[in-house]
Amino acid sequence: MFDYETLKVIWWLLVGVLLLGFAIMDGHDMGVGTLLPFVAKDDVERRIVINTVGPHWDGNQVWFITGGGAIFAAWPLVYATAFSGFYWAMLAVLWALFFRPVGFDYRSKVANTTWRTAWDWGLFIGGMVPALIFGVAFGNLLLGVPFHFEDNLMPVYTGTFWALLNPFALLAGVVSLSMLTFHGANFLMIRTEGTVYARAKSASIIFGVLMLVAFAAAGVWVSSGMSGYVITSAVDPNALPNPLAKTVELQAGAWLVNFQKQPLLWLVPGAAFAGGLLALLLAAKDRPGTAFVFSAIAELGVIGTAGVAMFPFVMPSSSDPRSSLTVWDSVSSHLTLEIMFWAALIFTPIIIVYTSWAYKVMSGKITKAYIQSHERSAY
Amino acid sequence: MITQEVVDLSRLQFAATAMYHFLFVPLTLGLSFLLAIMETVYVMTGKEIYRDMTKFWGKLFGINFALGVTTGITMEFQFGTNWAYYSHYVGDIFGAPLAIEGLMAFFLESTFIGLFFFGWDKLSKRQHLTITYLTAIGSNLSALWILIANGWMQNPIGAEFSYVTMRMEMTSFKELLFNPAAQAKFVHTVSAGYVTGAMFMLGISSWYLLKGKHVEFAKRSFRIAAAFGFASALSVIVLGDESGYAVTEHQQTKLAAMEGMWHTEPAPAPFTLFAIPDDEKRMNRAEIQIPYALGLIATRSTDKQVPGIDELEVNAAKRIERGIVAVKTLEKLRGGEDTQENRDVFDKHKADLGFGLLLKKYTADVGAATPQMIAQAARDSIPKVAPMFWTFRIMVALGFSFALLFALSFWYSAKNTFQNQRWLLRWAVWWIPMPWIASEMGWFVAEYGRQPWTIYGVLPTHLSTSTISATSLYGSLAGFLFFYTGLLIVEMYLMFKYARLGPASLGTGRYEGEANYQPAH
Repeated sequence: MFDYETLKVIWWLLVGVLLLGFAIMDGHDMGVGTLLPFVAKDDVERRIVINTVGPHWDGNQVWFITGGGAIFAAWPLVYATAFSGFYWAMLAVLWALFFRPVGFDYRSKVANTTWRTAWDWGLFIGGMVPALIFGVAFGNLLLGVPFHFEDNLMPVYTGTFWALLNPFALLAGVVSLSMLTFHGANFLMIRTEGTVYARAKSASIIFGVLMLVAFAAAGVWVSSGMSGYVITSAVDPNALPNPLAKTVELQAGAWLVNFQKQPLLWLVPGAAFAGGLLALLLAAKDRPGTAFVFSAIAELGVIGTAGVAMFPFVMPSSSDPRSSLTVWDSVSSHLTLEIMFWAALIFTPIIIVYTSWAYKVMSGKITKAYIQSHERSAY
Repeated sequence: MITQEVVDLSRLQFAATAMYHFLFVPLTLGLSFLLAIMETVYVMTGKEIYRDMTKFWGKLFGINFALGVTTGITMEFQFGTNWAYYSHYVGDIFGAPLAIEGLMAFFLESTFIGLFFFGWDKLSKRQHLTITYLTAIGSNLSALWILIANGWMQNPIGAEFSYVTMRMEMTSFKELLFNPAAQAKFVHTVSAGYVTGAMFMLGISSWYLLKGKHVEFAKRSFRIAAAFGFASALSVIVLGDESGYAVTEHQQTKLAAMEGMWHTEPAPAPFTLFAIPDDEKRMNRAEIQIPYALGLIATRSTDKQVPGIDELEVNAAKRIERGIVAVKTLEKLRGGEDTQENRDVFDKHKADLGFGLLLKKYTADVGAATPQMIAQAARDSIPKVAPMFWTFRIMVALGFSFALLFALSFWYSAKNTFQNQRWLLRWAVWWIPMPWIASEMGWFVAEYGRQPWTIYGVLPTHLSTSTISATSLYGSLAGFLFFYTGLLIVEMYLMFKYARLGPASLGTGRYEGEANYQPAH
């Protein structure tokens, strides 16, 4: 049906779609979790905030799980190399995520205040830590990660966990954390009223500004001489994947090359700024519904910028550049990519339809009265 | 550097987190359909008590479900974190069902579980019932896809090794999908889940009846659990036999170990009911055997032989010899000698590549393997007998006990005298943990019995890990132990708290123990 090269590019786009789905859907409930201790002071307020995402967090989290599964299926070498290399970062994400299902479901099943406060902070950790670490991971991908392959293609990571926490990666972490929190604040404005709404609005403005500033700073950092990676040997995109068959060099400014070659691509970072600014203005003008749409567009812009800058690289190696993983050589076989393409093509629209329906069914403000009348059944 | 310690710790961590995850999965599989059944009765009869039943058992379902989700996240990513070479080597095949599981099953289950809990007053009766069914179907579909993935680890068909990409690649999605090992496993595993759900409901309802609490509520729950459990317990046995037959076909080493068959016996082989297997002396002590039974069960014939461990080791040694050629030729092919001659030699031997790789445990250069190494690797190809033999028998014995308990419960519930059979009710209460034990034993047989392979006959376990340090593994293992112990305590606390409260926890005012309770006349 499609040639191998086309499928490889399609899968790069599809991984992007899954990441974006994660950022839009799980991102907003992680943002809500991050804001929980700050925008809600007493128990009823906390329950209001939690119940805005109560029926949806679990479905949203599947974007993350499926993202993992899709990377396994489509980019097995990336799955193997990144998750074993980022071992402790990955475990920190998983362990932080542990607090979410139990935090949501168990918190209000016991009336004790200490119990409830403890789970509130658990939900904070479950929202904040992954949002931060994903950005840190992306920052490190842009910098390149120290790993190489042995002859049998066993990936070997030679860095430490602490090396991941470098200034640029931390800045990228601030971008992702503020981006998801901003988006979560906009969602919270849609679903709340009164004091919680007012606090969510302040949060939206604070984190919206922070996201724009941090993203701009990261952009300046990348364009003022940061090194990127370039494939220096001939590339046959249709070849069977072998990450050791190429040569790669580190070059200053290489992450800008794609934009220079195809100026239309500047629209992608443009979308991040335009979406972010519009979302900020709309939130300030009490239009949270459209603000939410534009903060989603900002997410598209931010994630897309990182992806486009690095294309065709997915995970460059700083210690052995030729081991770098690219869209061309870290992929599954032609057959698997094709089958998975059809699976994604069929199921993703269905998922979007029933998820939208679920949001529609549960739409409307979560109020004090709702919590009181659902004392036993609400979270 | 991958040491034996790293391999053992990785295995321990995977086994611990997978078995822990499976404490929550079977109840989800079974209880989700029981919820759908109760709600169906509610929608058909309009009787409020069935809605309360759906809501109350749904509350317990939710407490369990939360930990199923929590521990499931680990599973999706642990292949990458701890089994990097495995992920590279078979991701082309193994990753696909995992990703489809997410797309087809997890989304369905997880989106609608939210509406199940919070949609009661937002949806019509029929809409809500549909939601409940979709949740149940979603969780059962996820079992299907993960067992397709697991079935492929046991019986890796529809795939071929490519020396260019240095991995297994899918050749037929259809074969992966309709793998007989996977299909047998799926039906056996979900029925085990149904038994678990039914036992949970039967046991807790029996406890209410023994205490004389919530009697009308408990009687109805008991009846539904007894009928559903009876059907499930029968199918778990029949389908377990099917799963065993699949093992005979595809995994003779597993069968030999779980039956303690040291030597090939004349067909039809006897079934060993009891024995004390001695892995050192390679013999069983104190054997009690049923003549012909194993031959009949395993081969469904009177003349086909079931090979014993001795014979299987001889076969393995032969395959290792051929595997050495495969490994050496592969090294040549990847080392620049990509000639037609080498390709032909490799194609002829590549079916035994995995057996050659077994030697990597003892030597980096398999060409230099000594006869002792080959003999040792052949011995490695059989899992340890004693643990296999016993876990399998405990599982089977428990399986039959469920069939008996549910048959009696069903019988007395048909006669409508079960509430007076206090011995039966007590048995049901004490038996609540048993399906979990049976499930864990079953998984132990399936996975320990797959050793020394991660992908049976293809990729040895000791080559499958990540290149992480033993220190990291001790750290992560400690972390998992800490979180999982804490979470289990919290979960059990809530489960007991809400099971004790019973339907009074719904706050409807219709049940004993509520402040505004008004007994019906």
